[in-house]
Formats: sequence, C-alpha cells, structure tokens
Amino acid sequence: MIAIPSIPGFLTAPNGPIGKPVSRVDGRKKVTGNAHYAAEFTLPDLAHGYIVSSAITRGRITRIDTAAALALPGVIHVFTHENRPSLAWFDRKWKDDDAPKGAPFRPLYDAEIHHALQPVALVIAESFELARYAARLVHIEYEAAPHQTDLRANRANSFTPGKDKGGFQPPPKPRGNPEQAFLESPVQVDAEFTQAAEYHNPMEMHATTVLHHDDGTLTVHDKTQGAQNCHTYVCNVFGLAKSAVRVMSPFVGGAFGSGLRPQHQLFMAMLAATQLKRSIRVELSRPQMFSFGHRPETIQRVALGADRDGTLRALIHEAVQESSRNENYVEIVVNWSGQQYKCDNVRLDYKLTRLDVHTPLDQRAPGAATGVPALEIAMDELACKLGMDPLELRLKNYAETDPNTGNPFSSKELRGCFQQGAERFGWAKRSPAPRSMRDGRELIGWGMAAGVWDAMQGQAAAKAVLGVDGKLVVSSATADIGTGTYTVMTQIAADVLGLPIDDVTFCLGDSSLPTAPIEGGSWTVSTVGSAVKAVCDRVRSQLVTLARKLDDSPLTGVAEEDVLFADGHLIVRDDRSRRLSITDAMRGSGTLSIEEEARALPYLLARARHTFATHSAVFVEVRVDEDLGTIRVSRVVSAIAAGRIINPKTARSQIQGAVVWGIGMGLEEEAFTDHRLGRVMNHDYAEYHVPVNADVPEIDVLFVDEHDDMVNALGAKGVGEIGIVGVPAAIANAIHHATGVRVRDFPITLDKVLAGLR
Amino acid sequence: MRSFTYARAASAADAVGRAGASGTAFVAGGTNLLDLMKADVLRPEGLVDISRLPLDRIEETAEGGLRLGALARNADTAYDERVQTRYPMLSKAILAGASAQLRNMATNGGNLLQRTRCYYFYDTATPCNKREPGSGCGAIGGVNRIHAILGASDRCIAVHPSDLCVALAALDAVVQVTGPDGERSIPFADFHRLPGDRPEIDTVLRPGDLVTAIDLPAKGFAEHSTYLKIRDRASYAFALVSVAAGLELDGGTVRDARLALGGVAHKPWRDPEAEAALVGKPATPDRFRAAARVLLRDAKGHEHNSFKIELAERAIVRALTEAAERKGAPRP
Repeated sequence: MIAIPSIPGFLTAPNGPIGKPVSRVDGRKKVTGNAHYAAEFTLPDLAHGYIVSSAITRGRITRIDTAAALALPGVIHVFTHENRPSLAWFDRKWKDDDAPKGAPFRPLYDAEIHHALQPVALVIAESFELARYAARLVHIEYEAAPHQTDLRANRANSFTPGKDKGGFQPPPKPRGNPEQAFLESPVQVDAEFTQAAEYHNPMEMHATTVLHHDDGTLTVHDKTQGAQNCHTYVCNVFGLAKSAVRVMSPFVGGAFGSGLRPQHQLFMAMLAATQLKRSIRVELSRPQMFSFGHRPETIQRVALGADRDGTLRALIHEAVQESSRNENYVEIVVNWSGQQYKCDNVRLDYKLTRLDVHTPLDQRAPGAATGVPALEIAMDELACKLGMDPLELRLKNYAETDPNTGNPFSSKELRGCFQQGAERFGWAKRSPAPRSMRDGRELIGWGMAAGVWDAMQGQAAAKAVLGVDGKLVVSSATADIGTGTYTVMTQIAADVLGLPIDDVTFCLGDSSLPTAPIEGGSWTVSTVGSAVKAVCDRVRSQLVTLARKLDDSPLTGVAEEDVLFADGHLIVRDDRSRRLSITDAMRGSGTLSIEEEARALPYLLARARHTFATHSAVFVEVRVDEDLGTIRVSRVVSAIAAGRIINPKTARSQIQGAVVWGIGMGLEEEAFTDHRLGRVMNHDYAEYHVPVNADVPEIDVLFVDEHDDMVNALGAKGVGEIGIVGVPAAIANAIHHATGVRVRDFPITLDKVLAGLR
Repeated sequence: MRSFTYARAASAADAVGRAGASGTAFVAGGTNLLDLMKADVLRPEGLVDISRLPLDRIEETAEGGLRLGALARNADTAYDERVQTRYPMLSKAILAGASAQLRNMATNGGNLLQRTRCYYFYDTATPCNKREPGSGCGAIGGVNRIHAILGASDRCIAVHPSDLCVALAALDAVVQVTGPDGERSIPFADFHRLPGDRPEIDTVLRPGDLVTAIDLPAKGFAEHSTYLKIRDRASYAFALVSVAAGLELDGGTVRDARLALGGVAHKPWRDPEAEAALVGKPATPDRFRAAARVLLRDAKGHEHNSFKIELAERAIVRALTEAAERKGAPRP
C-alpha cells in the first residue's frame, strides 16, 4: 500500500450519485430488523454478565462476599478485583485513541473507588435475569472517603491544562490589551454562564458480546465508534495476539461520542470470555449508562466591550470545566470566541477542576456546544444594549480571516448562512423590542445565533475489490453510528467509478478492515471518504489501463483525465459514442477482479496555512406562556455551510437530529447530582429529559453553497456536529426576546423563566 | 429479578384469599410494578395476577354516575364516550399521563396504586424511608426539584405521580374495595394518605384489599372544567404541578367549585377551604388567585422546588380561568 493524495481533477459523471438525496443503503435492514446490534449476537453456550455498580463515590472496598450469589444454581462466576487475572501494568497499555493525558480507569483493578457507579464486580450466569438477580446478592462493604463533585464549590482549585488530548488546542495567547479595552468600551456585557452535565444516552445501551470460538479466537461484537480502537485496547489489556481477536461493530444504535473510548462493558465481557473460555454478553442497564463519560459541567464568563456602532473592542472568555482525578479531559470551549468575530483585544482562558467523577467524554460538538452558546448569548445581550439587530451586530464584526491565527479560511460562507437563513425565517419582520410579539397568552420570541465547528481530517485507508461482474466492494474499518456512513461511502465509490448504487457495497465496523480512525468530530466523510475516493481512483486508473490495452479499444490514445465513468461504462469525454463497459474491459483483458488499497492523508501544507471550519446560522421562534413560563420551540431554521454536501438527505437528518439535541441542551437536559452522595440521581429516561416528539417543531434545514478545493478531494467538510452548536443560544436569545428574561444557565427550565416573569 | 411465586386469580374472592399472605402483590397491567421489581425496589414474594378478572367494564350507576372497572385500561377509560362527554377533565387527565403504549396496558386500579417517581425511591444505593423505612429521606437536602410543597413530613417529601387520580379527587370519586373483611367504599379524598411517620404506606388499603371499581358521582362538571398539567417537556413527563378544576357557574358567579392539585403532595391535594373561598364569588382571576393562596397557605418549598409554590398559584388561576371560559364539553 502506498500513500497517494487523491486527484480532484478526475471527472466524475455529471449525473453521479454525489450530491443526490440517496436513501440509506442500510435502511431496509434496519426497518426489517436485519441490522444486528452488539447485544443481539449469540452462540448456543452464551453466558450473561451483569455488572455490580459501586454504592459509594469514593473510598475503598473492604470486603466482598460473593457466596450468596454463587450459591444460586446457574451462577457461574463472580469476578472482582480480588480474583481478577493479571492484567496490563503500564498505563500506556490501557490507553486508547481518544484517551486524554492521565491514567485510564482500570475496571476491577483494585479496591479503590474513584467515582459513583464504578463497576466493582461482574456476575456471570446462564441467563440475564439470573445474573441481574445474583448481582444484588453480592455483598460489598466499603470504607467511604470524602468526595468532591461540586464544580462551583471547587472551582478555586482549577488549573490550566496543556495539550492534553488529541485534537485539543489550548487557547491562543491574549492579543492586544483586553482588560483595558473592556474598561474603556462605552458598551459592555459581562456575564456568567453555566452548562449542566449531560449524558449521551444513545437509545442502544452499551453492550458487548464476545463469541468464543473452538479454536480459541474471539469475535467481539461491541458498541463502539472505533472497532480498531477497541481491538488494540483489548489486545493490550489482556495480552492477546492481534490475530486472536476481531472486533465487529457493523451497526451502532446511536453513540454521540459515548463509543469513542472502549467502555467497561467491553473489558468485562472480555475478562469473562478469556477466563471462562465461553461466549459472554455484558450489557449495561440504563442507570449504568450514567457510570461513564459525559459532557462536563462548565462555568463560563464572557465579557464583551464595544463601541456604540457595534465594533467589538474587547472579548474575554473564560471557562472552567470538571474532569476526573485520573485524566485531564479537555475540549475546545473558548477558542471559538477568538475565531468567530473580529476583535483586536482578546483573552481566552480555559481551566479544569478535578472532581471525583468518571472522566468526561466527547459529546456531540464537544466544547463548541458549550462555549459558543455563551459567546452567542453575550453577543445578543450586546446587541440589546446597543439597540442593534443581533444579526447586524454579527455582520458588523464578521471575521473574513481567522483572527486567532491570521490565516485565511479555506472557505467560509457564514455570511450566506446569515442571509439565506434570515430570509427563510423572515427575520426582517422581527419586532426588536422584547415582549413585543404575542399570540393570546403566548409571548413570541425570535432569536438567532451563529455556530462553528472544525472541518478536520485524519488518515484512513480503504480497500476496493471490483469483480468482473461489475460489482464493487469497498471497505474501511470506520463506523456508522446512524449518521449515514454506509450510504455516503457507497455514493462516493459509485460516483468515482460510475456504477449504480446497488452494485456497490461498503463494509465497515470490523477491526480486520483497512485502517480508519475512530468515528467522531465530523471527520468521517473527509477522512474515510477521501480514502474511498483514493482507492476508487486507483481502480479507475487500472480500468483505463486495461481498456486501452484491448484490441480495437475505443479508448486508444485517450488520456485518463479525458475518460468519464458513468452507467458502468468508460466513456470518452469528447465523443461519448466511444465507450466500453467495465465488465467488457475486465473480461477482454482476462481480469477477474481488480483489488486496490489506498491511504488518504490530509493536505498538510494547505492545513498549515488555513483554517478549516463549518459554520451555521440558527434562527428560532419560541412561544412562552406569559403566566406559566412554559417554553415551546415552534420554528427552527438552520442554515449550514459545510462544503459540498455528499447526501442532502442524510445530511439533513444529521442537522435535524442535532437541532433536536440542541433543543434538549437548551431546555431539558441536566444530570442532577446529589453532591452529598456524589451521585447522579435522575439516571433514567423518565427523569433525565431529552426532547420527545411533541417538543420538536418542523426543522427547516438549508445548505448554503460552499466551494472548497483545499479541504479534501471531495470538497466536503462533514455535518455531524455543526447542527447543534448554535441552537441553545438561539433558544435562549428567543426566550429573552419573547419575555425580556435573560437566562444564562442551561437548561432553561420553566422555573428559571418564571423567576423573571414575576 | 428475584424469584417470586405466581398465581392467577380465578375470582375476586380468590384473589383476596391468595393475597392475604404478606409479601404478596396483585399484578394487572404491570407497568409500574414490574419496572420496580426489575430495579429491585419492590421485592414481592408472590404475585397474584388479577388481569383476567371481569372488572374491566365501564358501567352506569344507579345514582347517574359511572362505575369505572378497576381493570379497565386507562386508554379505554379516556376514550370512553361517556367519560369524554360527562367527565372531560378525567379524560384529559388520563391522556396527559404516560404514553399511548403505557395507557394501553395500565389499569385504573393500578394507576391509583402507582408508586412515587422520587429519584431516591428508585436508587437502592440511597436512603429512602418509603422504600426502606428508617433509612432516611434522601430528597430532603438532596435533589428535590420534583418534590412536595404540601403535606410532606420530615420523613418523606415524595409526591404521588398520577394524573388520573387528581381528576378523580376533584370529582369526589369513590373507590370500591373488596377485602378479607368484605366490601367497603372509600371516598377518594381518604384513599391516599400523607407520609407522616409511615411514608412506606401510600394508601389506606389493608393487606388483601382489592380495588374493584372507581365510582364517579353524577356531577362531572362537564361544562366548566379542565385538567392543566405543567411539566418539563410537552409529553412523557410527570407533572411539576397539575390542576384539575371544575366549576358550576350561575352567570358569572361560582355555585360549586372543585380544585385538586397533582405534583405537589403525597396525594392528590384538595382543600375544602380553598373551594369554599370560590363559592358565591364572581368567577374572576382575582378570586381565583385568592383561592389559590388559601390552598397554598401552608406550602413549603425545598432547595430546588420552591418555584412550585408560585407555579401552583399561577396554574390554579389559569385552570380556573380556562374552566370558567369553557362552554360545553369539548372532546379532548
């Protein structure tokens, strides 16, 4: 395998599938129940594991009595720290591709309890129900130690982290003299913002089924966003040969970042399978989904100073977030504020506070979904003080180049998002004063906000096998967490080779496939899509070479770049009567199949000199009951600039889903921690609220044309995160416009509005 | 879950006979009990399945009211035409609760007996006097956004989660019970109890008692009534505050009034003094507010739920206003 950059110059068919609203290629499997998830695989001798969660938040286990559990017929074994086998000793063996700096949590490693619901034992039994029952008979005595889980109470103990996680950039150094410029600004906003901790809560709970084969090899069906990440992890932790384990994750029932790191159910299932030499399934309960990774609670301060004409003079954005004692989970919260608006005097500050919690974990638009709303509410407040339209204020301070680096953007159509979104929403008809629009007892508010997210790219490889029957199979070890990866990769491959969608199969979610990174950060289309294009380009070159060698070839003397691929044919661009089918080209040359593998890299030179980002403008209408404070989002327009949209149907679904979550962030989602117990108390779907259908209005998504030659060979940036980023702020701003009540504390539940309505 | 014995009752008398043993529970729709068993919160040693008993009918009573069978499903009750036209607040209350799927399974009798949704009741690693008497109340001084502002004790501040029961309380329903000592009728106001020193006991039912029916009196306040539920999302959430309101108007004057609140106490909350404060008075927001203040005179908030006091006042005013404005009995 050699690394080659993709060649954007190759022609794709004018009517190819890229850019078409192709329905999900895996849709039929999903709606007919033929898409199998991690907990659905089985073998006849499958045993079931149930995890016992710690009853305390910090301290140590002084005694474990498993006798009552083991006495039940059908209970096979109880694993604890006392009887676990020897495991990897060095921290680096426990690291994974998304691990921040620090010592990864090791399940069942010792008697120490570091956080609430920490897994402390694993009961294996012949049935799930029995394992669950037996888990309750495991008697554990603890010696509790004092814990700290309250961010506000501990924020004085915060520290400035370094570049402690892949993809994380510490804030840039201050520019200008922000404190003085703020003091001298005639118009000022200075406010504190809080964001509650949120849990990913995908519909599918984390589960692992390890199938133990007769030859001792293991097939591991895991809920993950990175089969290879988990493969490396289990091989390292359990000292297994790479060839002895295969991790599969063809379908994932939502993840949102929760599957970026190997989770403890994987460890548990592997522990039991390797020790008992049996097939094992371990599935977390819904409350146990609150036992690992979450969007960290955050306290922020944003201070803006402006001239009376709206020119930003000073921008200060500070954030403090929680992390665990063992790892420095970091995310980019404040840097966006230096990038989003033109301002000469900027100070950005980001700190962590260690608490007795499990390590937080990337959750959809990590950092941006927390930091950008604070900035965007502050901008709205500034607009109010200036008596200026909030959209106009943003245009006034529009950053044509990246103020953090001075570099140009590879492309930035945020202005188009503002204009087209505003037009679709009818923003011009907004009456500027708060409480000036109503419908009966409902106060109506219109709010808007901008959003931004990185357009990242990693390295990935892909393999393509084209058969003489014209069927193409492309594979890469990436994931589809419901986002549409299967469909989009199929489109890219079909497009490059001019094949019907139905003749292309894309395989993913298998550690044995060509290397791909964890699926997150909106980088999969860019990263894996580029590899798919690269490998299909190589197949294409092979086909042209084969075709040219044929006797009486219609392609004789035609340069490769003058060959079109469409309808399963190679076609001369300037004389479309000169054509040859792919199957004829292969048959004629005696070729049974063409196999290629290729790796795609980001355009590193271009990346060093430009900023790559997606942008959005979100417009929201809310209706607030003037007496009761109940809030309803009644209309959303989300305008997105994300380069070329490979599939407007799946992309629209991504944005709509993100807006739904944005409504949740804005109005509903909050993990309530009882700080005396150090424990999240609303750990189920009944009391941890996410939006239900009745909360979600029609969501109008529009994609703004954005041409980008530099981002990658596809010109596509990825849309997984950008849809959520501006939504909570737009809702908060709309609530202020409706009611005159400014809430800076997410989620904005009715009590917070009611307090201002008195 | 823990092992338990299972028996299917052949008749109401059989059910009562089988349920005499301690640790035995009736099961019908199972929408709450089975969840709590899986969560290890409830640990019955035996279940007596009453779901096949012929108690699922909705029938006219001699007094001109309706008898709701204990085993009639919530959905069948809510969509019963007689309920919709004669007791619209009841229909509305049922449809404000749970989800369509749950309402299809859940029975009326079971709804009366559903347990609180207090976080601490559900989490067996935390103290809860209702789940484990004497272990303490986690919610007091803990996370208590959804908890009681009325009638609580220093042992328990949990609330009853039902919507249906709030309307039944407002309608002066009567619970029909058969038990080891024969049959008896329990006025709805007396059916649920306040936590006091025994928060583990939700109702006045005695061991072996089986709810067979709920009787609605003839008076349904069909012309001027409503059920207002305020919650943290538009559906599938328990009430922060809910109000069942019924008015009998003579011109602009209140001749009779019913007011019951959900989400605020260990039982659906009624206050005769608040209702008396409405009678004979004009049906105006000011009067409604005055009545609300009577009802809430002893309300006491905790760290996270004090907003409910103000919210309840506003909700009462809104519900009574809507009830007063409403003409006829719109189908929900």
